[in-house]
Amino acid sequence: MKFIKTIGLLLFLVGFGIFNATFFLASYQLSEDIINQQIPDDTKNALFKARASGLLEEPVSSNFTFVNRITTVFEEINREALENYAINESEIDQIIAGAQSDNGYNFQIKELSKIYSEDDPILQFKLKAFSDYGSWLDGRTFSDEGDFRSNLQNVADNIKTYGIINQKGFDKYTIKNLQYSLTKAASNGPVSDNPANFLWLTYILCIVGAMMYILPKIKDGPPGIKNNRIFHSAMKNVGWLGILTGTYLILFYIFLYFYPEYMTSWIIMVDPVSMFLKGSEAGRFFLYGFIYTLCILVMGVRMLIKYRHSRYQMVRTASVMFFQTAFAFLIPEILLRLNQPYFDFKNIWPLDYDFFFDNELSTLVNNGGLGVFMLVWGIALVLVAVPVFVYFFGKRWYCSWVCGCGGLAETLGDPYRQLSNKSLKAWRVERVLIHSVLGFAVLMTIGVLYTYFTGAGSLLGVSTYKVREVYGAWIGAGFAGVVGTGFYPFMGNRVWCRFGCPLAAYLGFVQRFKSRFRITTNGGQCISCGNCSTYCEMGIDVRWYAQRGQNIVRSSCVGCGVCSSVCPRGVLNLENKDEKGRFGDPILIGNDSFKVQS
Amino acid sequence: MKHIIIIGNGISGITAARHIRKLSNHKITVISAETDYFFSRTALMYIYMGHMKFENTKPYEDWFWKKNKIDLVRAFVSDIRTTDKELVLDNGSKLNYDSLILAVGSKPNKFGWPGQDLKGVQGLYSYQDLQSMEEYSAGIEKAVVVGGGLIGVEMAEMLLSRNISVSFLVREESFWNVVLPKEESQMINRHVLEHHVDLRLSTELKEILPDENGRARSVVTNHGEEIPCQFVGLTAGVSPNIDFLKNSGIETQRGIMVDRFLATSEPDVYAIGDCAQFREPLLNRRPIEQVWYTGRMMGEVVAHTICKEKTAYKPGIWFNSAKFFDIEYQTYGHVWATLKENESQFYWEHQDGKKCVKFVFDKESRVLLGVNTFGIRLRHEVMDEWLRNKKTVEFVLQNLKKANFDPEFFKRHEREIVDSFNKQNSEANLNLVN
Repeated sequence: MKFIKTIGLLLFLVGFGIFNATFFLASYQLSEDIINQQIPDDTKNALFKARASGLLEEPVSSNFTFVNRITTVFEEINREALENYAINESEIDQIIAGAQSDNGYNFQIKELSKIYSEDDPILQFKLKAFSDYGSWLDGRTFSDEGDFRSNLQNVADNIKTYGIINQKGFDKYTIKNLQYSLTKAASNGPVSDNPANFLWLTYILCIVGAMMYILPKIKDGPPGIKNNRIFHSAMKNVGWLGILTGTYLILFYIFLYFYPEYMTSWIIMVDPVSMFLKGSEAGRFFLYGFIYTLCILVMGVRMLIKYRHSRYQMVRTASVMFFQTAFAFLIPEILLRLNQPYFDFKNIWPLDYDFFFDNELSTLVNNGGLGVFMLVWGIALVLVAVPVFVYFFGKRWYCSWVCGCGGLAETLGDPYRQLSNKSLKAWRVERVLIHSVLGFAVLMTIGVLYTYFTGAGSLLGVSTYKVREVYGAWIGAGFAGVVGTGFYPFMGNRVWCRFGCPLAAYLGFVQRFKSRFRITTNGGQCISCGNCSTYCEMGIDVRWYAQRGQNIVRSSCVGCGVCSSVCPRGVLNLENKDEKGRFGDPILIGNDSFKVQS
Repeated sequence: MKHIIIIGNGISGITAARHIRKLSNHKITVISAETDYFFSRTALMYIYMGHMKFENTKPYEDWFWKKNKIDLVRAFVSDIRTTDKELVLDNGSKLNYDSLILAVGSKPNKFGWPGQDLKGVQGLYSYQDLQSMEEYSAGIEKAVVVGGGLIGVEMAEMLLSRNISVSFLVREESFWNVVLPKEESQMINRHVLEHHVDLRLSTELKEILPDENGRARSVVTNHGEEIPCQFVGLTAGVSPNIDFLKNSGIETQRGIMVDRFLATSEPDVYAIGDCAQFREPLLNRRPIEQVWYTGRMMGEVVAHTICKEKTAYKPGIWFNSAKFFDIEYQTYGHVWATLKENESQFYWEHQDGKKCVKFVFDKESRVLLGVNTFGIRLRHEVMDEWLRNKKTVEFVLQNLKKANFDPEFFKRHEREIVDSFNKQNSEANLNLVN
């Protein structure tokens, strides 16, 4: 058995090693065709080709160099465009001089044609741009020169950022997209030559290896709690292996969310899977969904074996494996194949924070029947499913049975659950943070809907586009992804769910104030050993309640049931019962000397 | 405001301190030579096995004590002068008390075996025992555990978690059969064997042999067999830790003698928990109760006596629990190792041999007297009420579903149990109430 496990571990490491090696394995060379395909706009295409000729001649062997070089090309194009087309100091001086009159400075757009002669295309652009971006100054009179100048400068700046970069150069979103798509298209090497082979050499090898490592655990003694040596482990107690794993995860997420252009080899590798499922090439989020699902499935098998003495844990694990595979991964991809909107039927706002974004809403509304159904479904989840199901079952129906974040936490994250902080201080931080994120999500969504219905881009002077951008980067990617998963080996497997998830906060309100769910403690049987608190991934000090004979009713409890599983004395039980007496008096049974209130 | 001093920061002493704080404004000092802060003694095994860190076994965070104005002193009490109501600590300082609570716990039994004080030979009770076990079991291959009780099986489990093979010497012909009836005891025998423990029943320790460094190298059994080992666990029970009281004038026998009110022979001195010995044991109870729960209850009672009114220790329906490797055990009421004359029993065992329930009841009245349950969790509240209200075994079986405390989706056995009862008692025809 040990032999099989060792071989399994080796296979896994080889597969994982190859996977990481492919990150560096490709060379990159652009071609006319690639550029034509990726930059269809004639002018920009020509601008790009003029400067990128070096990249067409010979392959670049590193993705970092290649991305650097195309980035330089974009920067140069933008710089040149700005030099050529920006309104410069002397032109502003001229405008000021021309506008001077007895009672100050009177600005007239039509006067600009005196400065910008009509036959020069550059000057013509400037004239048009000034008319577009500065029309609000037309006819206004300024008594003070400085005031007038700063207004003109403001217009000039706007022209730079929006007019020139958009029309004569590449804006930052386009650059981001092109960095990725050009790199992917320019990638040459063993992976792009034969992605399917590498699928076998990496994923299949890893899965087979992991299974050879995991399955023999069935023979590791009779079913029962298997927590031996967890705190002696370099992986599970923030040892060198845990630190390494956490660092790797953090880097992975940073690349995934912020620098996908570097991981094109990995994306190319899953192209065959993507082609098979949805008939088009993979993107970074297909890659992510694919890996995510595999992690939940493989580590789900581990969980099923580890907790094979507990049917609650087995059914629950099977549930998260199913919902991830079917609802989060397969159904949305198949919908795409059927030319329907991508939709995860179990993702709920505000965890699904872009559900009400205008582009998402438009996609659903314009899709007709199914799209409208999806819209209604999504709203019903928020307004009906959450309160009703939480009332009957507690928030666990979602957090530890259905949710994707929860699914990963309960499978891949299970080895780290003991690392959550149980201090009172952590609980205070948790309440401030998670409710702040909920507030942020709600305000952002109000802004987004305001923009959707009114068309106005800002609410109370704040750009709703900027707000959603900030939320997406800091909360959606940074908190939920980088911190949420990257910190598993440092702070336990529920960092996001505990400190950040706005949906968990909403579910938590209902669970705390209107639900039949509670964890019951069994009379006076608690021996304060601390297993329950130690293995509570949400950092609830379960023992605090158990040792005084008090039911546990906490908004953060996700109902994973592990406290009940690890209890050596059968003290804890997750129950849905009549709301009455749910909180209960803390009473320990057994002492008849007087009525003991603990 | 009185000054209450408590010696011992285990569950008994700490429960007393907490309840005195709830009920009064007295100055409270807790003295311990063992650790700075209260930890759960029952969790020592989990630290060794790597399920928890020592930090995790502390039921209260460190700020708790200051916030609740409970002074903690780390010292060993070398002398108690009851006439002056004064304590002398090993660091030379003196403390005066108005009331003194002795909650000093136990120490592992050693029965004069040759070699019992060698290096690598020890019991498991204190934090220091744990540290010593860490030291002497590091890197070894083979251990012997002597004594077939709860700590013995825990120690075997601990050692196995470090891949140390274990020979388990049990004097009796079946594990813990002074407490467990035959069927239950045999179930645990089987389970211990399933975990590859070398279980030696009807085997006693004769002596422990040393190596050239004064460390245990093997044990010799009463059958003359020598078992090589590098570590010997002595787990043949514990006895009150009262050596330091010799000259105090406080009356002791095996433990510190107390009356129903937990008062010792000296005024304003009380003893609670493992170290207390009742002059008149309660009905069906031992004179010394070395159980977590009873220690806690005594702490509650003594706090009440000191702060409110003189209160007798009056525990309710007996209960206890344990875990033998993977099999959980709970008991409610009294199930003796052998039936008493007026008693009859019904026993059900699951086909996998890892779950069973035993009901003991009065032959005449059919009133339930006690329940043992292995591998099935029962609801304390319900069992307590049924035993208290003298429900019959038939009533209990019919309503058994109400007493189940297993997690959702667990396989339920009430139907099988009742069917089995009906089969065993030809005149019975019980129906299960939902």
